[in-house]
Amino acid sequence: MTKIQISLTLNGKKVTEEIAPDLLLIDFLRNHRCYSVKRGCETANCGLCTVFLDEKPVLSCSVLAARAHGHTVDTLEGLQEEARELGEFIADQGAEQCGFCNPGMIMNAIALFRENPQPSDEEIKEYLAGNLCRCSGYEGQLRAFRAYLEYKERGGAVCAQ
Amino acid sequence: MRSVGKPIRKKDAQALTAGKPVYTDDLAPKDCLIVKILRSPHANARVLEVDKSAAEQIEGIEAIYTWEDVPQERFTLAGQTYPEPSPYDRLILDRHLRHVGDPVVIAAGDSEACVDRALKKIKVKYEVLPAVLDFHQAKDNPVLVHPEDSWKSLCPVGANQKRNLCASGESCDGNVDAVLAECDVTVQGTYHVKAVQQTMMEPFCTFCYLDTYGRLNVVSSTQIVYHVRRILSTALGIPKAEIRVSKPRIGGGFGAKQTSVSEIYPAFVTWKTGKPSKIVFSRKETQTASSPRHEMEVSVTIGADRTGRIRAIDVYTLSNTGAYGEHGPTTVGLSGHKSIPLYGSLDAYRFVYDVVYTNRMSSGAYRGYGATQGIFAVESAVNQLAQKLHMDPVELRMKNMVREGQVMPAYYGEETNSCALDRCLVLTADMIGWKDKYPCRDMGNGKVRSVGIAMGMQGSCISHVDVGSATVKLNEDGTYLLSIAAADMGTGCDTILAQMAAESLMCPVEDVAVSGADTDTSPYDTGSYASSTTYITGKAVQRACVSLVHRIRKQAARMLECRTNELKFDGSRAVNQNNGRTVTLEQIGLASMCDSNHALQVTKSHSSPVSPPPFMAGAVEIELDKETGHVEILDYAAVVDCGTVINPNLARVQTEGGLAQGIGMTLYEDIQYNSEGKLRNNSLMQYKIPSRLDMGKLRVDFQSSYEPTGPFGAKSIGEVVINTPAPAIAHAIANATGLWFHELPITSEKIAMGLLEK
Repeated sequence: MTKIQISLTLNGKKVTEEIAPDLLLIDFLRNHRCYSVKRGCETANCGLCTVFLDEKPVLSCSVLAARAHGHTVDTLEGLQEEARELGEFIADQGAEQCGFCNPGMIMNAIALFRENPQPSDEEIKEYLAGNLCRCSGYEGQLRAFRAYLEYKERGGAVCAQ
Repeated sequence: MRSVGKPIRKKDAQALTAGKPVYTDDLAPKDCLIVKILRSPHANARVLEVDKSAAEQIEGIEAIYTWEDVPQERFTLAGQTYPEPSPYDRLILDRHLRHVGDPVVIAAGDSEACVDRALKKIKVKYEVLPAVLDFHQAKDNPVLVHPEDSWKSLCPVGANQKRNLCASGESCDGNVDAVLAECDVTVQGTYHVKAVQQTMMEPFCTFCYLDTYGRLNVVSSTQIVYHVRRILSTALGIPKAEIRVSKPRIGGGFGAKQTSVSEIYPAFVTWKTGKPSKIVFSRKETQTASSPRHEMEVSVTIGADRTGRIRAIDVYTLSNTGAYGEHGPTTVGLSGHKSIPLYGSLDAYRFVYDVVYTNRMSSGAYRGYGATQGIFAVESAVNQLAQKLHMDPVELRMKNMVREGQVMPAYYGEETNSCALDRCLVLTADMIGWKDKYPCRDMGNGKVRSVGIAMGMQGSCISHVDVGSATVKLNEDGTYLLSIAAADMGTGCDTILAQMAAESLMCPVEDVAVSGADTDTSPYDTGSYASSTTYITGKAVQRACVSLVHRIRKQAARMLECRTNELKFDGSRAVNQNNGRTVTLEQIGLASMCDSNHALQVTKSHSSPVSPPPFMAGAVEIELDKETGHVEILDYAAVVDCGTVINPNLARVQTEGGLAQGIGMTLYEDIQYNSEGKLRNNSLMQYKIPSRLDMGKLRVDFQSSYEPTGPFGAKSIGEVVINTPAPAIAHAIANATGLWFHELPITSEKIAMGLLEK
């Protein structure tokens, strides 16, 4: 198969590479050591492979790498500070459990909170409906989001645990 | 207590929430061979011929293996203690294919693309045979799933492959028929639970390589490193000393990874080629060629006197093990032995079962392991009995439930040392508002709100079988390393075992590092299944730590020139109480590493003659739309008695997760086969697990008993939590509609059709 050249900004760095035209973005990203991007299905149902394409969440299993040409892609590797902050609240609930769905879920949660800094429970559930988790029953994640949002509302002051 | 009972963070939390590369596929060598499987399109067939010539020509293809290339010694993939109750009925590749998805060819090559191309070029001629697809017709069917003489059963489980029987058995206490005949009221029902999938987020995944010594190193997403080592040794015919199995972080297991589903293929490729290799199951393979729950049909008869005293329970279970017998003989036992004992004052019980082979995907272990199926049946029947007696189902249960100190004849004659089931039920009923809401309220808008309730139990290990071990050693700076072969699959066992170690060693949890599971470095442990890790491995940890403290005190006594009973050790320093001289833990650690004949390292194993049941009660409030049949979960209240709660956060999330899985299997998760035995729901597009929109409020509380045989009074929690949703929701649906559903899932369609036919 004839290869094509793509250039994109991945986690803030310029990348230029020859790729197969049918290469999926998820595989391109994992080849670039973005191992936070997980494959849980092949049918765009689980949300594990969520990344940002020009700051909007997309499922990288359903996007060709070629589509990222000329665009910006961010994975959890590029959002470590935000991930750490939110991750602490998830850890405080024990809601990360096996952790396999966490990167995609945290990416999408970050996207939600950027779009809507004060979402209701229903808005959270709807926005993250495509992020499946088999361990937690979702309640612990919701408790974590609520605690995180309260913390943000107080201007990020750390509350006494 | 300083560490036990505290809601501390999981030790791996930071890595997991930051998306670090800690899972099997993240760690696989980048140059390893890609292994894929060509799978049978037929439910029952013989391979006549495999033409692999065109495939072998494809650039990058390393090897293509067929049934002619593999050892002919049969084995089981079930992760169980030797001699496994599951029959030896597998080959790595078999000429006889027994279900759609059975492996026909193993292909390995440099890239996914070339292996995919090769699989398409392989031409297989099949002789298609008639298949046994309906498990009601399997026993004594002329079509045999395992006609081969090399089939072998190692244990007396009532198996007979010439009758399609993987196992059969009977146990009883008293004369059930006579007692039932005397009962004023009886109810009878047959309940069907399908082969639902664990659907852990990480599909099956394994990579292998040969190390410096030419040993086969297997890194896999598994709950059972030691069993995998034994299975590979048997299947490949190589000594155990030549195999090392370890697990990194696991992306969920729920029992799926208590079967060695994926390991054998890359292990065979690497052993034959000497090259590193990996297999990553697709979701389709994970759905169609794996280890789901056993489909069971459970028939129950319950008899009571007029006052509501339950006198007899009679259970017959027909279980479908599918094409292979993994966990077939054992799961079925729980459908009776962990449902009937919920009721404590029976005059008689009987439990009879058959486990049959069919030409469907093999079943395996899924959280609840047969108890889930049995409890759906028994608890549904008890709810129907309450209706027939015109009694409140909570009152009926309070009158009959098992109590602390009672002997449970149907539970291997064990006595309940610890049981807070009564407190669990009272609190659950209170939390859901039972008194006000039972049975239902018509909302006046076509919707009905109703409540339902059920109880559940499980075990805390396999008594007289499971072995947990722990090695704990003191480092020279006063910190510790705890080595285990129990498998943290997200459950948090690394953390709760460290909490127990810290409690015993009188140190902060941060001072205990945890390592495992690795057959080269961890002490022997049967693995994480049967709800055993907290109870069994936890006790091993406690014993190892107590013994290490004893050794630390001896070392300190030598340094302080006194007898051990003359010194005081508080976890960080030892004081000679005669003269006040002190040595720190760091000094003790350093001293043990210089001119010393006393290692400050202890390994202890633990096994238990009993398996104390955790208990729980669950109640649900639903809103049911009478026009569409849609059921919305408004509120689920659950109260668990897992003995001492080691980590309230992790116990709570375990419970919430189990409830969500139970709700999924009750309302949506639907395995469907076509008439050729092909599974229809082979993706997450078709196989619907609950999303967060499907969850109402889940509320969890604990009522602790104290289990004297467990570490710090603990029992188990991992499995019991999946057992109440099916009977509780079926009960709520019956209270809303008057319709008792006996088959899962209870979909909106079934409810709407049922209401139309009413």
